[in-house]
Amino acid sequence: MASNPMYQFNVYRIGPEIKLGAVDISFTNASLFMVISSLAILIIFNLGAKKKTLIPDKLQLLSELSYSFVAKMISDTAGSKAKPYFSFIFSLFMFVLFCNMFGMIPYAFTVTSHIIVTFVLAAFIFIGVTIIGFMKHGLGYLKLFVPSGVPMVLLPLIVVIEIISYLSRPISLSVRLFANMMAGHTMMKVFGGFVISLGIVGGWLPLSFSVALTGLEILVAFLQAYVFAILTCIYLNDALNLHH
Amino acid sequence: MLKKIVFLLFVSCFACFNTVSAAESGGMPQLNPEFWISQIFWLIITFGILFIILTKVILPKISDNLETRKSQILENIETADKQKEESQKKIDEYEKIILDSKLKAKSYFNEAREKILDDINKKRAALEKDLDEEISEVEKELSDLKQKSGEKINKIAAETSAELIKELIGEEVNSSSIAAIVEDQSKINRERKDV
Repeated sequence: MASNPMYQFNVYRIGPEIKLGAVDISFTNASLFMVISSLAILIIFNLGAKKKTLIPDKLQLLSELSYSFVAKMISDTAGSKAKPYFSFIFSLFMFVLFCNMFGMIPYAFTVTSHIIVTFVLAAFIFIGVTIIGFMKHGLGYLKLFVPSGVPMVLLPLIVVIEIISYLSRPISLSVRLFANMMAGHTMMKVFGGFVISLGIVGGWLPLSFSVALTGLEILVAFLQAYVFAILTCIYLNDALNLHH
Repeated sequence: MLKKIVFLLFVSCFACFNTVSAAESGGMPQLNPEFWISQIFWLIITFGILFIILTKVILPKISDNLETRKSQILENIETADKQKEESQKKIDEYEKIILDSKLKAKSYFNEAREKILDDINKKRAALEKDLDEEISEVEKELSDLKQKSGEKINKIAAETSAELIKELIGEEVNSSSIAAIVEDQSKINRERKDV
């Protein structure tokens, strides 16, 4: 049923079924769009990094601007100690951004609209940040859960709340991205369905909505990638500079 | 018109409700675990490759490029500053040279003027000396001539008066006495003139 707004999120196998032992790791449309996004990033940035002219051309300018944009974001939120993690955050930001943007092409699949993808990314970030925190501060990293200047009476409660909020980070991070992408694409699909069902007489209103939503969704696609990256920076900042 | 819009909204709400309920019956494909492992696998592969290539190949190039641009621009600014300084120095030198040459020209001029003035003064002095000599010579000649002329006039007067007396009286008079008389007379005349 193609008019079902959730149909666009279906994952289906492309090509033969690949099995690794008992698990199915077949190449799917989701895998295809992951590969396309990664390849697009690699091609664009490789072309942008190839020429070394004093006055950059368009692609070079694009790649250099993205580089300094991400570098500035990291140094603003996590300070200079976060420099070794620059390339990871850059890859993360670009991957999420390109997956979101490729999802805006009609009939394309949005990789980031799947909770499992965003959750794996978020869980990786969570585990990585926790490991970095313990490596930098040892058990002192647990001070993160004990904010300074809190009355002794409230301390047990605060610590519990801090621990819960810390543990819910991967969930909030992944659900934020996934829900935003899914909701936006569903909404566009629903309005697109209205255009068909209302026909040439009444279809103009949902069509205009659809056009407006497309603009909004492109903004959301960028914004969510940015939020994902900047939250990663903030978590990294907690791990690198304990300021509680 | 308003009725039509209200109707349209009503219809669209109805259609929305219909499609949403249809979606619910289909469920969310995201929660179907059939391809979860595959998605995780391919995510790790693609993101891993992306991360490795970006880290090892592309990002160092971009950062290199940015660094070289920065250093090049700084270098250019430095060179520009240096050249500015140099040109300032050259301008100072040039002005100094002009000032020097002006002073030199002035001194040359002054020297030349002094020399010429000196020359002129010398020549004038020589000329004046010559003139003075000539004038004094001429004056001397004149005064000589005057004196001689007085004597001559006296002599002539004595001769003439002796001849006149001879004619008048027919007798020879002593020429020396005549000369003395003439002398007296001319002295008286001269004194009268002087007075």
